[in-house]
Amino acid sequence: MTNRRWLLWLPLCAFGMVVAVVAWGLWRPADRTVRSAMIGKPLPDFTLAPIAPGKPGLTTADFRRGRPRLLNVFASWCVPCIAEAPQLMTLKAAGVPIDAIAIKDTPQDIADFLRRNGDPYARIGSDVHSRVQLALGSSGVPETFVVDGRGIIVAQHVGDIRADDVPGILRALADAK
Amino acid sequence: MIRAAALAFALVAATPAAAQTANAALAYTQLPDAAQERRARALMETLRCIVCQGQSIADSDADMAGEMRAVVRQRIAAGQTPRQIRDWMIARYGRYISYDPPLDAATIPLWIAPLLLLLAGIWLARGSFRRR
Repeated sequence: MTNRRWLLWLPLCAFGMVVAVVAWGLWRPADRTVRSAMIGKPLPDFTLAPIAPGKPGLTTADFRRGRPRLLNVFASWCVPCIAEAPQLMTLKAAGVPIDAIAIKDTPQDIADFLRRNGDPYARIGSDVHSRVQLALGSSGVPETFVVDGRGIIVAQHVGDIRADDVPGILRALADAK
Repeated sequence: MIRAAALAFALVAATPAAAQTANAALAYTQLPDAAQERRARALMETLRCIVCQGQSIADSDADMAGEMRAVVRQRIAAGQTPRQIRDWMIARYGRYISYDPPLDAATIPLWIAPLLLLLAGIWLARGSFRRR
């Protein structure tokens, strides 16, 4: 019996471990970001109709022209998309080609949005029922994918692009060459 | 009064922006074939809504969940199996999207931990009864 005395402490140790696990889960900020599982994979095949006047629609072939591009998933009804517009204009000014997929949107609203917030896009495809958004593994707007010159998704930015995210995105584009 | 006004403002401010276009028809319409609808429904109950995260797409009223229901119904109607559709979703969003964990190397602790704990309990109980 005496040599088994240490066993008495076992339940307390187990309880301490449970407390530690729960405390860790409580204090660690939860990351609920859903990231795409498509990174490192080719863009899904799609053909999207144009939605902005004088701007072509978007197909997968547009991403296989040898130069890395940004694919911005946005919507005129999305508030963080307004917040990231200046950063997209900065990227455009730095010579980055940017294409977009407009989610569940109308030509009138897109035209208003571009007039108000600037137009960094070379092409905009209209994804009325989020089909391409789902095929990309995108879980909301805005999201931005870095696509290399062969049409492979190399990186994803979830949420609006802040000023301090711009260098990271430029680096990802440079790495994709 | 001020509090009521503040509450009303908070409620208005918290309302998410609505999308500009309506959901696909199959988001809120059942398939005409009852057997297909039953299969689609069973699958929807095991797919996570990626916007609301705590709900399945069968339970959620989010726009995105509606479009995911439409995708499930269209693919079922086109003759795909629930398994194929689940794999398609997992290839896009990772395992997180499925509420139905498969039995494999990563999830084996989840499945066998209860058995191991039960065995440990029996072993402990046996030891303490024998001592008397």
